[in-house]
Amino acid sequence: MSVSIAGIGMHPFGRTEGVSGMQQGVVAVRAALRDAGLTWDDVDFAAGGSEAAGNPDTMVSALGLTGIPFINVKNGCATGGSALTVAAAAIESGQAEVAVALGFDKHPRGAFNEDPARWGLPEWYGRTGMMLTTQFFAMKIQRYMHDYGISDAALAKVAVKAFENGALNENAWRRAPLTEAEVAGSRMINHPLTQYMYCSPGEGAVAVVLRRTSQGAASREVKLASVAFRTRRFGSFEVFSPHLAAERVDGPTVDAAAACFEAAGIDPADVDLAQVQDTESGAEIMHMAETGLCAHGDQEKLIADGSTRIDGSLPINTDGGCLANGEPVGASGLRQVYENVLQLRGDAGPRQVPGSPKVAFTHVYGAPGVSACTLLTV
Amino acid sequence: MQAVSVVGDDLRETSDGPRLVGGRCRACGAVAFPRPASCARCTGSDVDEHLLADRGSLWTFTVQNFLPKAPYDGWAEFTPYGVGYVELDGEVLVESRLLASSAAGLRIGAAVHLVVEEYGADASGTPLTTFAFAVDGAPA
Repeated sequence: MSVSIAGIGMHPFGRTEGVSGMQQGVVAVRAALRDAGLTWDDVDFAAGGSEAAGNPDTMVSALGLTGIPFINVKNGCATGGSALTVAAAAIESGQAEVAVALGFDKHPRGAFNEDPARWGLPEWYGRTGMMLTTQFFAMKIQRYMHDYGISDAALAKVAVKAFENGALNENAWRRAPLTEAEVAGSRMINHPLTQYMYCSPGEGAVAVVLRRTSQGAASREVKLASVAFRTRRFGSFEVFSPHLAAERVDGPTVDAAAACFEAAGIDPADVDLAQVQDTESGAEIMHMAETGLCAHGDQEKLIADGSTRIDGSLPINTDGGCLANGEPVGASGLRQVYENVLQLRGDAGPRQVPGSPKVAFTHVYGAPGVSACTLLTV
Repeated sequence: MQAVSVVGDDLRETSDGPRLVGGRCRACGAVAFPRPASCARCTGSDVDEHLLADRGSLWTFTVQNFLPKAPYDGWAEFTPYGVGYVELDGEVLVESRLLASSAAGLRIGAAVHLVVEEYGADASGTPLTTFAFAVDGAPA
């Protein structure tokens, strides 16, 4: 691709009383433009997503009524990936020189509640208490632990690392480190996952300014090497599925990651750090292998020996991930991109991955079985 | 008081006990539940009614330990319940409530059978029922 990340901006994650999700989005866009040394007048195209905090395109009232195309996107937890896909495509196709991808959200406390009809499911699926994303993740990791010998201790260690990294991130929501015993001993939510192994719906906003890569770009300019988005195929194991086919195929995470690496001509072994969807501890473990960053079953050892920590050989979720940042659904995927840009620029401060990382990967997964991945390089 | 099934036509009482009503694609044979209008595998539009097997093995499971938000309308006095996928040999895996209030009696591979469960009651006190699977030999 010939697309660079010109600027990044964020409204801190967590709970901000009195500030709407959309206002947080405006804060993020302005910060990203400032970072890029541009103004809203310079923007040719925008794509934005929010699950529950309003129509992103109405932000032009605050940003400026310049008449540009502004596409709203909505793909559950993968929304940030779709915003980036659309914005990058606008540049690649020649429609735009400068494009903004943004996401924001503001969710009430507690687990999401869903209307079965919106997902094409029978009413009884919700009434009888099976339409909960938390159950899906628990059942998927339960089976995965059985198949690949992952321990309960690994689940706890993933959360411990997330809060450790979150403590180093001034924009994170949960910044207090927890011990393995505290994580493992917290309230059981959906067996085998406890309270602190789950992320919580929250608030926050992120914006990314994309620009066509120029000849003679600055040496530390971060390039979007590829972005790939996939939906599920027949036979994959997805959230909100009253049945699963008798045959199993790889899920959209596997497909999106493979397409992303192929398009960039980069091997997963060359990745210096990665942000993967960690809706809960088990998701991080499964997504490490599904994205190709390690072999199935190797996570147990990689986690035990500290390889996925910031100073390890394969740093994962260096900003604390969803576990420490919470999940404002529309913003979450772009948070990962924001973190990788900081890391590749060498601007990640106390949580900087050592050794001048050059290749950084992101992955999001959402209902009803969609995934988006990116590769950033310097 | 007469209980009311919330599952409607997706569950049928037969002379051999309750059975889930799925669909089977006339073209490719793929089984789905509930019965869909068209086949997600081959996109065929002829999907015949197919009564699913009432026995299988537990493929994975969890236990729901907190009261779900609406539209959940189970007992107001919350009791944890199991949820799992049951593998019906050669047919399909069905997601179902499990008769279990903790993970203690649940394990992957356990033999299970279909039952009808009272999971709540409506405002007038009429019991609401749905389908569930129970581990073979476990106390009811």
